[in-house]
Amino acid sequence: MCVACGCGSDKITIDGQQHAHDSHGHGSRSLQIEIDVLAKNNEYAKQNRDFFTQTATLVLNLVSSPGSGKTTLLTRTLNDLKSGLPMAVIEGDQQTANDAERISATGVPVVQINTGKGCHLDAHMISHAMEKLTIENNSVLFIENVGNLVCPAMFDLGETHKVAILSITEGEDKPIKYPDLFHAADLLLLNKLDLLPYLDFDVDQCIAYARQVNSNIEIIQVSATLGTGLNDWYAWLEKQKHKQAHDAFECTTVLSK
Amino acid sequence: MHEISLCQAILQIIEEQSVLQNFVKVNRVNLEFGALAVVDEQALRFAFDVVKRDSIAEAADLHIIHLAAQAKCLLCMKMVNIKQRFDACPDCGSYELQVHTGDELRVKALEVE
Repeated sequence: MCVACGCGSDKITIDGQQHAHDSHGHGSRSLQIEIDVLAKNNEYAKQNRDFFTQTATLVLNLVSSPGSGKTTLLTRTLNDLKSGLPMAVIEGDQQTANDAERISATGVPVVQINTGKGCHLDAHMISHAMEKLTIENNSVLFIENVGNLVCPAMFDLGETHKVAILSITEGEDKPIKYPDLFHAADLLLLNKLDLLPYLDFDVDQCIAYARQVNSNIEIIQVSATLGTGLNDWYAWLEKQKHKQAHDAFECTTVLSK
Repeated sequence: MHEISLCQAILQIIEEQSVLQNFVKVNRVNLEFGALAVVDEQALRFAFDVVKRDSIAEAADLHIIHLAAQAKCLLCMKMVNIKQRFDACPDCGSYELQVHTGDELRVKALEVE
């Protein structure tokens, strides 16, 4: 219905003539709007990132396919580091609080987001989760995204880094089959290395594929169950923490000027 | 199927614009779609048809404007066209490409009344 004159449709005639709408801007017009489809998400992501920078929180968005060993790697990391490092977790799954219960058993604060039918977390969900999570300054916040190698690549959550986890049971060509996710990640953790003797998996080829889609990606080979390579992963975390603390200092200095 | 979320975001943009720019019906949505956008076109069209029902965009056609992807080769420093993220530089074969355009998913224009 026309809001200017109240007429219902073009079928209305007056004295047998079609009613003209041009006088009140009723005809079809073209509006150039140029708005990114993800603009709203990116606004929330920016708010999250500003908050994380100000509080010197290192935020890692863990992305992988289901079954890559994300939760095992995460619980092991939390148990190994919790005595010296404040940490928190946001768990994303379509259904169940199973993973949050596994995380909760470590004593580290955790919030579960169930996306229902949703295939990824978005920045607004993280804003809401943060309302329920009390985190100290200088913490590490792990966001365990929904297991999916496609959709999470597109949604900025405000994280400091995306960390891709790929297990060697998945096939070495995953980085070129799902290039967007590996392109978006700053670190690749190649997990389940303990199974290498039993599998036909070419580690060098996998690394070459990962570098093909992202020439800057760092790669650490780990086994979350045996602990192999975890010291390298913890050293990487430590390095990123220092950078985040430095950025927070810069941010405070700029704000106080 | 994040295409559903993306179409909901498109609809939200349309509804906000309808208040700002005073229109009640959308006939056409012109969407810029970069070659590297993490979106499946068929899934996006399907999702748009689902999401637009009972909205001011119910009668709207989704018109997709494909945009090529361009990257700078960090080895030979040329701007080159690429089709996928793992393409090599067509000139020197290097994979060290810095993507400049191709990620776009942008509502460019609306035809409204």
